[in-house]
Amino acid sequence: MTVEDLRAPGKPSSRTRTGAVLGGLLIALVVAAVFSACIGQVPTGPGEVLGSILHRIGLDLGPMPAHPSGEVTLWEVRFPRVVLAILVGAALGCAGALLQGVFANPLAEPGVIGVSAGAAVGASAAIVVGGAFAAGWTVAAAAFVAGLITTVAVYVLARHEGRTEVVTLVLTGVAVNAFAGGLIAFFTFVASPAARDQIVFWQLGSLNGATWNAVAVVAPMTVAGIAATMMIAGKLDLLSLGESAARHLGLDVERLRQIAVLIVALLVSSSVAFTGIILFVGLVVPHLMRIAVGPGHRALIPASALCGSLVLLLADLGARSLVANADLPLGMLTALVGGPFFFWLLRRTRASQGGWA
Amino acid sequence: MSPASRPLRTRIGEAIEQSLFRRTDPMPPPRSSGAVTLRADGIAVTRGGRPVLEDVSVDVRIGEVLVLVGPNGAGKSTLLAALSGDQDVHSGTVHLDDRTLGDWTALEMAQRRAVLPQQNTVGFSFTARQVITMGRSPWARTPRSDDDAAAIAEAMRICDVVAFADRPFTALSGGERARVALARVLAQRTETILLDEPTAALDLGHQETVMRLARSRAEQGTAVVVVLHDLALAAAYADRIVVLEQGRVAADGPPADVLSEDLLTRVYGHPVEVIEHPVTGATLVLPRRDQR
Repeated sequence: MTVEDLRAPGKPSSRTRTGAVLGGLLIALVVAAVFSACIGQVPTGPGEVLGSILHRIGLDLGPMPAHPSGEVTLWEVRFPRVVLAILVGAALGCAGALLQGVFANPLAEPGVIGVSAGAAVGASAAIVVGGAFAAGWTVAAAAFVAGLITTVAVYVLARHEGRTEVVTLVLTGVAVNAFAGGLIAFFTFVASPAARDQIVFWQLGSLNGATWNAVAVVAPMTVAGIAATMMIAGKLDLLSLGESAARHLGLDVERLRQIAVLIVALLVSSSVAFTGIILFVGLVVPHLMRIAVGPGHRALIPASALCGSLVLLLADLGARSLVANADLPLGMLTALVGGPFFFWLLRRTRASQGGWA
Repeated sequence: MSPASRPLRTRIGEAIEQSLFRRTDPMPPPRSSGAVTLRADGIAVTRGGRPVLEDVSVDVRIGEVLVLVGPNGAGKSTLLAALSGDQDVHSGTVHLDDRTLGDWTALEMAQRRAVLPQQNTVGFSFTARQVITMGRSPWARTPRSDDDAAAIAEAMRICDVVAFADRPFTALSGGERARVALARVLAQRTETILLDEPTAALDLGHQETVMRLARSRAEQGTAVVVVLHDLALAAAYADRIVVLEQGRVAADGPPADVLSEDLLTRVYGHPVEVIEHPVTGATLVLPRRDQR
């Protein structure tokens, strides 16, 4: 029996509600994806976008893009960007929900334990060493490896006598974040002006460089990460009782933590590698979804992944279209919108649910 | 209906379910009163170089309410933590059902003993009902998960939490939380239950309810260990009391033998009087107070 089965009689079924939320998110995601693919310098309509996709998969339905370079723009520029936004958003949303679940702390975020900062150090180092001409792939690989190493390092440093206390882990993350900040500052200092620009913009985050190759790398890791998270979702519920109570209920807390940290490193490093640092999606989205589907992780994880995709897609749409002919930094936008929104969320949750213990 | 008359597909489905999703019952049949479920043998615990427990031996038996008492810092909670496997012992052994704690997996231990911690917090806004349901998780994918609904309903009824079962745990009062946490522990339906100060946050009425509950559980074939501060409560409900003094067992026996004025006065460092209730004859333990 799962937690969801035990709803109060007479109340609307939580399963129905979860289904409705997931379905709604999925529909919104598809609509946003099609709409996002329409927006840009080459004008295309939703019909043309759908027609182009249908033609590709062998169905002669719907109109083809009327603009001479429409087909190429869609398939070489916009579609990879849309797909990458969906993947990265899902990865960040899922990683946020997973981290919060594993720490039983709603303020946990991939940034908190230092994955993002570690990845940024890797990227900066690659940019400085490779000069301004460092290929996107080198930067991505360096970011991924550094993110993975940082996550494992934070975890190992925070362990003591075979156990990891949440507070120690978070504080270790704080220290690692500070150290990483110093390294990034160092790389920014020694970099040539062009490389310096590149470092700064990488940290601001953008889906500008989205290609099918990037999608091909990120997609399997995101899918694997979300699938693995779903497999441990039920156990994450028990962790909300605290470490020792979860252990008393038969959970191997330490092993679950290790698995979770690896999944988070995989999800965040792979998504950050091609897009730079995108803040607040991992923090805000799980909160929002907890209001919509409740705290049970079997529903929360897929909802957070879908909502993360939607948020990032919309954010990227804003980044591309808010200022004409300019690609705003995505991470800047998510932080500017996400920060105040999170304040509002905090106050609302405190008032309605009596806070978080 | 005979097995053969059912559709083949149903039977295959059931067979797959039996083999893949249903393990056999992991527990041996229940044992009779007096059997030892948990045994600490000369255990010692040091924390930060300071001995917290020294040479403590305790048996926990089915059908018995064992109450641990002692002044602050005497090691009651540490002993309970050592019995539950939370606290590593530096010497001596703790056996659960004739195996040392280290030889059980976390899940196997969870099927044998339930623990009520002193502090109960829940990280997210799970409802009381969801929290109690988590108590059934050690039995997932075992035949005993058939009892889930019954165990949860029973625990909610006897702990008097039905009225607020669908409110978030974090929105409950201290007393309500304590009862929900106790219900979770009872829903686990284990042979041994360890309760660390279950009455601390409760009013007089609910204190009595909780201890009566511990009693009736013991009578139904459970081994119950309770850490208590209230000596009168201990006297009223314990089958056996272990008095801890600076990490050592100062006394171990039935309330009538253990609760003596001399011993308690020494252990608590405060004059204590033990008297009989003038009407019922129940044992009353009172600190001596100067006449005002």
